[in-house]
Amino acid sequence: MHRFSPGQFMPGTSRRTVLRGLGGAAVLGAGIPLLSACAGGSASSDTKTVTVGSNASDAVPKKAYGDVYAAFTKQSGIQVALNTKDHNTFQEQINSYLQGTPDDVFQWFAGYRMQFFAAKGLASPIDDVWKTIGGNFPPAMHDLSKGQDGKYYLVPLTTSPWAVFYRKSVFQQYGYEVPTTWDAYVALCKQMKKDGLVPIAYGDKDAWPAMGTFDQINFRLNGYDFHVELMAGKASWTDAKVRKVFDTWAETLPYHQEGAVGRTWQDAAQTLVAKKAGMYMLGMFVAQQFTNKADLDDLDFFAFPEIDPAYGQDTVEAPTDGIMLSKKPKNHAGSVKLLEFLGTPQAEETYLKADPSLIAASSKADTSAYSALQKKAYEMISGAKHLTQFMDRDSRPDFTSTVMQPALQKFIRDPKGIDSLLSSIERQKKTIFASG
Amino acid sequence: MSSETTTTIPEAAAVPPPGPAPVNNKRVPQGHRRLLTRRDRITLGFMAGVPTVLHVALVWVTALASIALAFTSWDGIGFGSIKWVGLDNFKQLFNDNPQFWPAVEHNVIWFVVLILIPTPFGLFLAVQLDKKIRFSRVYQTAFFLPVVVSLAVTGFVWQLVYNPDTGLINSLIGANKPGHYIDWIGDPHLNLWAVLIAASWRHTGYMMILYLAGLKGVDPSLREASSLDGANEWQTFKNVIFPTLRPTNTVVLVVTIIEALRAFDLVFVFNKGAQGTELLSILITNNIIGESSRIGYGSAIAVVLLVISLVVIIPYLISTFRKERSA
Repeated sequence: MHRFSPGQFMPGTSRRTVLRGLGGAAVLGAGIPLLSACAGGSASSDTKTVTVGSNASDAVPKKAYGDVYAAFTKQSGIQVALNTKDHNTFQEQINSYLQGTPDDVFQWFAGYRMQFFAAKGLASPIDDVWKTIGGNFPPAMHDLSKGQDGKYYLVPLTTSPWAVFYRKSVFQQYGYEVPTTWDAYVALCKQMKKDGLVPIAYGDKDAWPAMGTFDQINFRLNGYDFHVELMAGKASWTDAKVRKVFDTWAETLPYHQEGAVGRTWQDAAQTLVAKKAGMYMLGMFVAQQFTNKADLDDLDFFAFPEIDPAYGQDTVEAPTDGIMLSKKPKNHAGSVKLLEFLGTPQAEETYLKADPSLIAASSKADTSAYSALQKKAYEMISGAKHLTQFMDRDSRPDFTSTVMQPALQKFIRDPKGIDSLLSSIERQKKTIFASG
Repeated sequence: MSSETTTTIPEAAAVPPPGPAPVNNKRVPQGHRRLLTRRDRITLGFMAGVPTVLHVALVWVTALASIALAFTSWDGIGFGSIKWVGLDNFKQLFNDNPQFWPAVEHNVIWFVVLILIPTPFGLFLAVQLDKKIRFSRVYQTAFFLPVVVSLAVTGFVWQLVYNPDTGLINSLIGANKPGHYIDWIGDPHLNLWAVLIAASWRHTGYMMILYLAGLKGVDPSLREASSLDGANEWQTFKNVIFPTLRPTNTVVLVVTIIEALRAFDLVFVFNKGAQGTELLSILITNNIIGESSRIGYGSAIAVVLLVISLVVIIPYLISTFRKERSA
């Protein structure tokens, strides 16, 4: 980077060179819009293949998706050309990927993240697909798959809940009971601390896990509708209701694992594995850290405790992944066939056989092969009145990543000064949501 | 950035095409206007033109586009969604963004620390190594090694040292237990200094090499003369050697400023610029990269960084030009 040598600067750099260059750049610049224009159009001849953009780069989901597509090819005779990218890269590049020449269908998330691209015209509505597969899904999944215009844009495949995870043997050893109310939860935290455990394992180095805690307390305390309004940028962050969320949260902060901002969720999960921590509020993917079969069998969870009886435990945070159709698929007919296949219970069963850390989005999928943990998760989700996704899937990702992530880290580290924190969030929120 | 860019244009234009030169000699030059044949001119045109076009397109056009975008709001999807917002991005940045001023402050701290600690230390090491002590090559390699390793890798290595639960330091001093827990990565009073130690560790080697090169250029007769005059080692260094290192000091100063402004990879690996380690470069990245990006806002931060760089670099360029002219 430091290619610099004093004395090499030549005075009187030819101004003409620069000018000539500018002319060339204008030509080059004219080429840029081509990027967005060259999507679609060509190569409509190959109707025997559907291309799929995949973010399933980890070994387990990669194999699971591979199995599903293989099953589709076997059934329909249509080939699937898989284009797998590292999932972080996929997420960062989704913007330009969808504007360029995307694959016919692509894997993505339910919620705002799907609605955003649908509203931008970067995905095709698939109402015709839902006419076929609609009966396989519970009403909550129908809602999750719709864009803001009321059309369907997503075929959900898998989901998994967020809850409070614990080890059965630890609860047995100390004679703890699963808390169903907030007071019981706080009392349990106190008891655990007395018993020399870290009551709640916690790691927020990646900055998103704290959003999960906020979500749970918010919809338990203020209900699903307020949560949705807040995430949509309609409700104010300086509202007393939001303030109450942080006050409630602050009540349990002394029982959270110390130094959370410097710890990854994986390291925090290890304290649960090692039985040093009593509980851990996280998504079901925490099970991935339980590599030992006996430990995994010992893992259990309960729904986040009730705070306001008016809302009980009716809302479950259940991030859902699925498949969308790109804006101009080359093989539309084949893509529709693939999407219809992915909406069948069989496709989901095939997936879950290879990746048992999730559960099916469909209510028709066979649950007999589920582990105890999966069964419980399935019941929790199918019994839920409302499903939420996650803060960064329910709200604008630019708002959640640039404003909420640092704000929540600040709060966890130092819960004082909530008021100024909230007014800062509100000011930033207004400008971000105003930018359209 | 711009210090590099200005150098490349004249260089490219000034280098004569080496290839076709012999062909030239066979032809009789027809007056001095036709010194170059048609082919020469085409070759020259390509050699100067292609890099110029590339340079202008990839450096100048993008930089100017970034400045223009700083006055707009754009989510990166289609050109139709670019909206002119005037100075709004800057107003937000200066008034509402809780991370902006800490980021500016941290960039400044970064520079001050680098110039105060690893730089003199690097000079010290260089002076020691210049005495041709035994194994000086070994020491030289050892100190220079961190410079060769990518900063991202450096970040991973230092994370193993600083990890609050399983890291080297906390394990050794037992600071990973509740009650006396030291959070090197998460605590805003500690993490910047933790990263700066890693940055200094690397910067020392860099400075050492620069100074070593400078010291090799010092005329040995100067040392002789000063020892004949009865100066001790410190006096010789202070009054004779150090003043001759002036050009090297300028280089060191500019390199350190650049290091401080472009600080990014180490922190990004360390904790992504969380509480206490915010940096301008990281704010830019966070706003621009991602699925629904705030390109206008991110560009506004980039413009601030550009202005800071220019404030530093323009005086340097002016003084260099002045020297060129007087030389």
